[in-house]
Amino acid sequence: MIKIRNLVKRYERLTAVDNLTLDIEENEIFGLLGSNGAGKTTTIHMLATLLKPTSGTATVNGFDIVHQPAKVRESIGIVFQAPSSDDMLTGYENLYIHSLLYSLPRSIRQKRIEEVLELVGLSDRKNDRVKTYSGGMRRRLEIARGLLHKPKVMFLDEPTLGLDPASRETMWKYIRRLVEEEKITVILTTHYMEEADMLCNRIGVIDKGRIIALDTPTNLKAGLGGDIIRIKTQASNAEEIAKGFDFVHKLEYENGFMVLSVKDAKRDLPVLLKQIEAEYADFTSPTLNDVFIRLTGRNIKEAPEGGFSERFAKYD
Amino acid sequence: MPNTTDLQVHLAKLYAIWLREFKVFLREKSRLVASTFTPILWLFVIGSGIGSTVSVPSAPDLDYQKFIFPGIISMSIIFTSVFYGSYIIWDRKFDFLKSVMVAPVSRGTVFVGKTLGGMTNSLIQASILLVIGASIGISFNPVFILQAVAVILLLSFGLTSLGLALGSYMYSLEGFQMIVSFVVFPLFFLSGALFPLDNLPAWLSVLTAIDPATYGVNALRTTILDIESNNLAADLAILTAYTAALGIFGVYSFRRMKAV
Repeated sequence: MIKIRNLVKRYERLTAVDNLTLDIEENEIFGLLGSNGAGKTTTIHMLATLLKPTSGTATVNGFDIVHQPAKVRESIGIVFQAPSSDDMLTGYENLYIHSLLYSLPRSIRQKRIEEVLELVGLSDRKNDRVKTYSGGMRRRLEIARGLLHKPKVMFLDEPTLGLDPASRETMWKYIRRLVEEEKITVILTTHYMEEADMLCNRIGVIDKGRIIALDTPTNLKAGLGGDIIRIKTQASNAEEIAKGFDFVHKLEYENGFMVLSVKDAKRDLPVLLKQIEAEYADFTSPTLNDVFIRLTGRNIKEAPEGGFSERFAKYD
Repeated sequence: MPNTTDLQVHLAKLYAIWLREFKVFLREKSRLVASTFTPILWLFVIGSGIGSTVSVPSAPDLDYQKFIFPGIISMSIIFTSVFYGSYIIWDRKFDFLKSVMVAPVSRGTVFVGKTLGGMTNSLIQASILLVIGASIGISFNPVFILQAVAVILLLSFGLTSLGLALGSYMYSLEGFQMIVSFVVFPLFFLSGALFPLDNLPAWLSVLTAIDPATYGVNALRTTILDIESNNLAADLAILTAYTAALGIFGVYSFRRMKAV
């Protein structure tokens, strides 16, 4: 659905996107995960034809982003980081104006507007002014707006930035729903690990303008070498038994715990506990955060950007 | 020639841009009230205050308040149009413009739609002032009104274009203040809205001649006050040329404006 080849965006003193090559498949939720300033938004802006690449190319729905911008625009919907609906207008009016901008035929205009409102759960608030909406509702309206013209691809730039946890989960529900009901490809950027993990079929970890890892969340985590089991036991033969299982990669002691590296703790722990008399046992699985730290040597920053649009973004 | 459907699609997009501007205008009542109040204040306070001590040499039987009435209408157009245009800085800050620019709509269409919005605003405000004019003894006839509306739309188109063009180069809200100080007030003061242009020092004459609003003020004065001495045809020709030039400058600036 999207083919990116050697895409570069260079500013005077900064290379925001550095030789990016990437394929995004049809009907997947693809996550671009990275810290602030990693080049996520710049990439999205180039794919949406709002920004010209310094070099390289990309096609969206088969159309070239530099040479066929009009075709690309008809193929995509986009929700920006900062609010982009007009808060003086009602939800319905916002959608109506965009239905004109996207040349929806008069005969289906009304029906399609009702349809997308229903999809994002805003039908009962459609005649209220957007300024009375909560942050999550407003962003859902913008998703509805992006869907009006039945695009093939939807870009969501930090779709849950600044939302409270409950609104965030609601938002995830609607994003999944739109992939199912509208048969659409979603590319979202996020710096929330949990979001990437819960929502995305595949994740591209982006750092300093480059993709440094690309896989499913499960595989990315598996790449770290599996789960860690901790067992507290008095049994003298515990170590011997544990070493007898070939799913145990590594065995160490730490603070009186026996610490085992295993492939899949949910299956391996019960097997171990049948043989070893334990006083206490627990396990941890690697998170995407561990993956990110391994890849970049840094923790992803959870703080939102301090830019103007964030400070003025009235999302909750 | 585009066929009918193409034209309809194009006009629908233009209508969409204008509709948004118009609805926002109607709902921002405080802005409408405030920007109508200021010219009224000028008309009555400056008009009566200064009018009590001066008279206009070239038209001794015309009182000062009536003399500046067309100037005050121009003032309202200058402020409304340039402010309206440069409001584009805000639109860009708040990502609304991005959502329009990512739609399959040409920059030219967005520009014209916004200009029509500015002209609508100016016309509504000027109409309110024209009605108030009746209370200071301005008499109207249908021909004057039609002429005045034409001048108002022409001037407003040019100045909204100017505001949009300047706004498209500005990336911070401080730019808005620059436009107020270095564009809006000079346009207003140099237009002859408040004084006759007959006996000015040479340096000031040159500046007033450069100001496009001068020709709007002059044309309005001719139509509204029915002063024969002014050359309406010449004023309209120069104003039209200015407006066309500003329109072209505006479209050019808008096309090269960065979307993000």
